[in-house]
Amino acid sequence: MPDFDFGKYAAYIWPAYVVTAVVFAGLIATSLRYAARWKRRAEELGRR
Amino acid sequence: MIPAPAFLANPERFMAFSRWAAPMLGAFAVALAAAGLWLGFAAPEDYQQGATVRIMFIHVPAAVMAMFVYVCLGVASLLALVFRHVLADAAAQAAAPLGAGLTFLALVTGSLWGRPMWGAWWVWDARLTSVLVLFLFYVAYLALRASIDDEAKGARAAAILALVGLVNLPIVHFSVYWWNTLHQGSTMLTKGALAPVYATPLYLMMLAYLTGFGALWLVRIRGEVWRRRAEAAALRAARA
Repeated sequence: MPDFDFGKYAAYIWPAYVVTAVVFAGLIATSLRYAARWKRRAEELGRR
Repeated sequence: MIPAPAFLANPERFMAFSRWAAPMLGAFAVALAAAGLWLGFAAPEDYQQGATVRIMFIHVPAAVMAMFVYVCLGVASLLALVFRHVLADAAAQAAAPLGAGLTFLALVTGSLWGRPMWGAWWVWDARLTSVLVLFLFYVAYLALRASIDDEAKGARAAAILALVGLVNLPIVHFSVYWWNTLHQGSTMLTKGALAPVYATPLYLMMLAYLTGFGALWLVRIRGEVWRRRAEAAALRAARA
């Protein structure tokens, strides 16, 4: 079973995982938003 | 049989392929990360590193992928320069922010591991410094592309910079052998160096990062293709 008791190292382990989660969330959000925005724009212009 | 890169060089075929490949790779990444994190947090504390061994499950994949993504950036830049292929340039442009993010993660998670283990957030040893240089190459690539108004000229200048940066990759990899560094040598390439209880979550996380990068890379290239199509359509409409 997973053990989340990191003892005296918690101050280093949690920030490492939080920073990783934040960076991945940012990369996923920006990638999906960028693709969706330009897909919409290309389809709008294609219909004209 | 058509080789995969040639098959994907056609934008229409690439868009049809990436439409199902991107979500599939994304789903693999989530499943692999869930399994890797579960096993990683269930792994016993290391006799030397204690609980900080858990940082290795996110640090090592980030560091390996930082180099792998730069290889992708370099190869795509070379293809864009030599063949002037629009998809190759889009692939290079799409890889750079992902590589920068992964290199940033390698530096930050390494620093968070180094403080309790080495007693220092940062040391100017060859491995850490060469990875910092790798990060600066990514940032310089993005800055150079953004700073030149003529997109073709910016792409060409950035591609040349990306190729120059390839020189740094063997320095990053061999730095722990060429110089006396505080950073340890490669554990992943040494047979039997890792107990299965640590190797299994580490390799699962490696695969999660690889498939995650694959999914995001495809999504970003698709975005680039649409942007270029939209700008071409806007230009045609303005001329009509």
